[in-house]
Amino acid sequence: MPADSPAPARPLPVPNADTAPFWEGCARGELRLQRCTACGAAQLPPRAVCAACHTGSLTWEVVSGRGRIASHTRVHRPPSTAFKAEAPYVVALVALEEGPRIMLHLRGAAAAAPRIGDAVRVRFDPPSGPHGIALPYAVATEDSA
Amino acid sequence: MSRRAVITGAADTAVGELPGSSCMSLHAEAASLALADAGLRPADLDGVLCAYSFTEPHLMLASVFCEYFGIRPAFAAAVQAGGATGCLMVTQAAALVEAGLCRHVLVVAGDNRLSGLSRDRAVAALAEVGHPQFERPFGVTIPALYALVAQAYMHEFGATPEHLAAMAVACRTHAARNPKAQMRVPITVQDVLSSRFIAEPLRLLDCCLISDGGAALVVSAAEAARDAAKRPVAVLGTGQKTTHEHLVAAPSLTEFGCRDSAAQAFGRAGVSPADIHVAEIYDSFTVTLLVELESIGFFEKGEAGPAALAGALDLGGRLPCNTHGGLMSYAHSGAAGGLFHVVEAVRQLRGEAGPRQVPGAELGFVHGDGGILSAHCSLVLGRL
Ligand SMILES: [Zn+2]
Repeated sequence: MPADSPAPARPLPVPNADTAPFWEGCARGELRLQRCTACGAAQLPPRAVCAACHTGSLTWEVVSGRGRIASHTRVHRPPSTAFKAEAPYVVALVALEEGPRIMLHLRGAAAAAPRIGDAVRVRFDPPSGPHGIALPYAVATEDSA
Repeated sequence: MSRRAVITGAADTAVGELPGSSCMSLHAEAASLALADAGLRPADLDGVLCAYSFTEPHLMLASVFCEYFGIRPAFAAAVQAGGATGCLMVTQAAALVEAGLCRHVLVVAGDNRLSGLSRDRAVAALAEVGHPQFERPFGVTIPALYALVAQAYMHEFGATPEHLAAMAVACRTHAARNPKAQMRVPITVQDVLSSRFIAEPLRLLDCCLISDGGAALVVSAAEAARDAAKRPVAVLGTGQKTTHEHLVAAPSLTEFGCRDSAAQAFGRAGVSPADIHVAEIYDSFTVTLLVELESIGFFEKGEAGPAALAGALDLGGRLPCNTHGGLMSYAHSGAAGGLFHVVEAVRQLRGEAGPRQVPGAELGFVHGDGGILSAHCSLVLGRL
């Protein structure tokens, strides 16, 4: 590939029937999870069934966006040139207060020296791409003013 | 069940960079070698199990192989469970034999992942394993996903980068005795710790190779194995467990299905981890091997790293492990990667491993995992 060819596009989410309400929420700056009406479990990724009890119907709720780092890694070798300009970047799994984990990037002070258990808060990039996707990221709780 | 499944043939092709090879040529070569090892002809096969390919992907890889090789078995199917596929194909073949559906099942996999794909394309293809909406948009690779496991596991159980590095060193020490291995120059813990970061805490030498190569086994009904060329190796126990596919949805970041999968295989074989003479355990990354050694019960939590630093995984150690060199130093060519572990276990149990032979090895354990410690499969194999 010539050095001046454009980097390939990022693999942005293409919402489907299961996930569209989640991504609509992100575009409005809201973190939404599914909640089971039968067993009360919250779940992410979104599904057409409750993966905990398999019986209940699911409702969407806007959640706090607060959570703690469950794990983190600074990625030096990205999966494609689409991510090269940003590398190294810190990918984290954050355990949300409501239970499910979410994957996102850490930014700001949260990314400097992340520790498991650190409190973080989810924020969102501006919507972009044909589906208006606003990817979530997380910052340290004290950064989130 | 009176029909016992035995392994009558086991072989692999050359591994490393094999210009002029194709996915199907590696399948065919491995199959011919395994049949010759078993003393059987292609027409003796009534079952074929294939896996998947990165360079020649197809919806029906088993049919593609049978057509290419020129056989018309009564049973043919493809199995896809990432790194668990090798053990899973042997499990499935044993079940076909034990159910009386087949007498001789060929298990075969191969891919020219090194010469047929650029490194960038191989990394990109593997990254597609990530969840398309909830993982891939964040630029994760397979090493990054395993790095997330490593960070959590180190935090919970006190493993250190040195402990991870000890896994790579142990595999390389074995590979140095194996003339076929892709990487044979001995390495030290310091070499691992000074290689470049891929995804922290994993460095280049914490990661498996990318290779061309193929491997095959013949799994036969014991009563059909009487005229096999060599003493068969028995499939004494098999186990499997699947807990998730994507790490974002894994029930835990530190406890995985390897424990239940191995417990099932040990239970069916009527043995315990302490009885095992030689182990061949999936080592896509150093952390994979460390987590599996501890979760399966060969070592207590936090003990595998210090034990490996003291030589526990080497010949003469408590558990000689990955005696061919594993995915990190022997070779990793897709689904054949997990089959290399099975082939090596058979060689050890037959006493054919030459300078890397574990003396008196009678009971072997093989484990594979696919995804991000998502799907697990375990085998207990025994010398008859
Ligand atoms: Zn429920």
